[in-house]
Amino acid sequence: MNRWPLMSLALITLILAMPSTLLAATPLSAAPAQAAGPLTMASTTSTQNSGLFEVLLPAFEKHSGIKVHVIAVGTGQALGMARRGDADLVFVHDPEAEEQFVREGWGLERRQVMYNDFVVVGPAADPAKVRGRDAVAAFRRLAAAGFPFVSRGDDSGTHRRELALWRQSGAKPKGASYLEIGQGMEQTLRVANERQLYTLTDRGTWLATREREHFSLQLLVEGDPALYNQYSVIAVNPARFLHVKAKEAQAFIAWVTSSAGQGVIGNFRDRAGNRLFVPNAR
Amino acid sequence: MDTIARGLWRGLLLIASGEPELYRIIWLSLQVSGSAVVLAALAGCPLGAALALSRFPGRRAVVGLLNTCMGLPPVVVGLTLYLLLSRSGPLGALGLLFTPAAMIAAQALLATPIVAALCLAAVAEVSPQVREAALGLGASPLQATLVVVREARFAMMAAVIAGFGRVIAEVGAVMMIGGNIAGYTRVMTTAIALDTAKGDFELAIGLGLVLICLAFALNAGLQALQGTGRR
Repeated sequence: MNRWPLMSLALITLILAMPSTLLAATPLSAAPAQAAGPLTMASTTSTQNSGLFEVLLPAFEKHSGIKVHVIAVGTGQALGMARRGDADLVFVHDPEAEEQFVREGWGLERRQVMYNDFVVVGPAADPAKVRGRDAVAAFRRLAAAGFPFVSRGDDSGTHRRELALWRQSGAKPKGASYLEIGQGMEQTLRVANERQLYTLTDRGTWLATREREHFSLQLLVEGDPALYNQYSVIAVNPARFLHVKAKEAQAFIAWVTSSAGQGVIGNFRDRAGNRLFVPNAR
Repeated sequence: MDTIARGLWRGLLLIASGEPELYRIIWLSLQVSGSAVVLAALAGCPLGAALALSRFPGRRAVVGLLNTCMGLPPVVVGLTLYLLLSRSGPLGALGLLFTPAAMIAAQALLATPIVAALCLAAVAEVSPQVREAALGLGASPLQATLVVVREARFAMMAAVIAGFGRVIAEVGAVMMIGGNIAGYTRVMTTAIALDTAKGDFELAIGLGLVLICLAFALNAGLQALQGTGRR
């Protein structure tokens, strides 16, 4: 009977030993040039859900032999992951936060990759009268109407842009009709459509989701420079975390900003044939 | 209604067409949850049996703790492992966050208390006369213990299946720990969550159907074992 504890102890040791052997057994793709394992890239749900990575990453892997693992979260979370050393590079869209990330020494150089834009969508009848080109004015009217708005509420780049627009309009969102749902863009659009509320969305997700799911919401505000949405890549600083795959991260950044990578982005279309991103590497 | 009907039809077509993406995800799910439950069985079965057969001070507290752990919320296990395995955490040097191995560890942690608690109940249910008879027939205490455990083997197998059923359907921990990386840590439940978010209902429904079939099969297996155990 007193063998049981001993046996359990042996088994616990086995369990602790197991994951590393399993990890070692994980197959990596055959890499021609640099064979240092997959690159972990923290990115955003809007880029992942657009389907861009499904063409971009295989093209990069073919070019370099480097496999890229994408963890799709909000921009804030992606930068947080990188600050904890859990990512090798970030592919995000919040220039202010990105510059701070670089300034604080977490990241190396910030490189622009592509852009699209945000739009304000809402009920076709437009009860808050926001239709037009001026985003800040639209947000002011939404404030006057009692914030009939669905917010991402997930610290994503889109959420941060929304908060910046409220700040610029001098309003502080509150009240029962302001819904913070803490989920991705598609889900936010669905909630806005079901509840007939306004929301801020990137154009790509809007186009793809509206056509697929027959939304009754309409595009109401577009074309304001304040709605411009720049995506950038930043490699995590290897001086902060020795384990980051700096060379592979640099290889990805060099490729995605090269004419080859930019071409893939420019040629990318969603399933409905919409062009979602405009390459603008610098 | 149209979406549901069309999604169901396309989901079935997807399963029938042998879509590699779908089968890769199913296979990874079975690998991860299968490995997790093997670990959970290796730890939980002896632990449960030992607790059922031994008497020591504080045993009631240990059993109570075990029963509480049966209901461990996956997201709490996920959060704890995330903080431990993050490069900034105490086990960061292992580099295990966002790997299948970390997912296995999370699911093993979730399944072990279930397997252990159900094994405890299974072994405790064996009539004390079995042990007495074994001892009376000249068995050593260890041999008598093995006779008792053998008597409970079907119920213990059922415990392992119950553990598997719990982890294969679990989404919170694997999402946080695995990161839902395409082709690497994306399993059935996280793929369903993502595809629903994306509005790609076909793959989500196809995987959902597979999960439900698996639940049926597991349940049938459980009932068969329970039937055998009772005979």
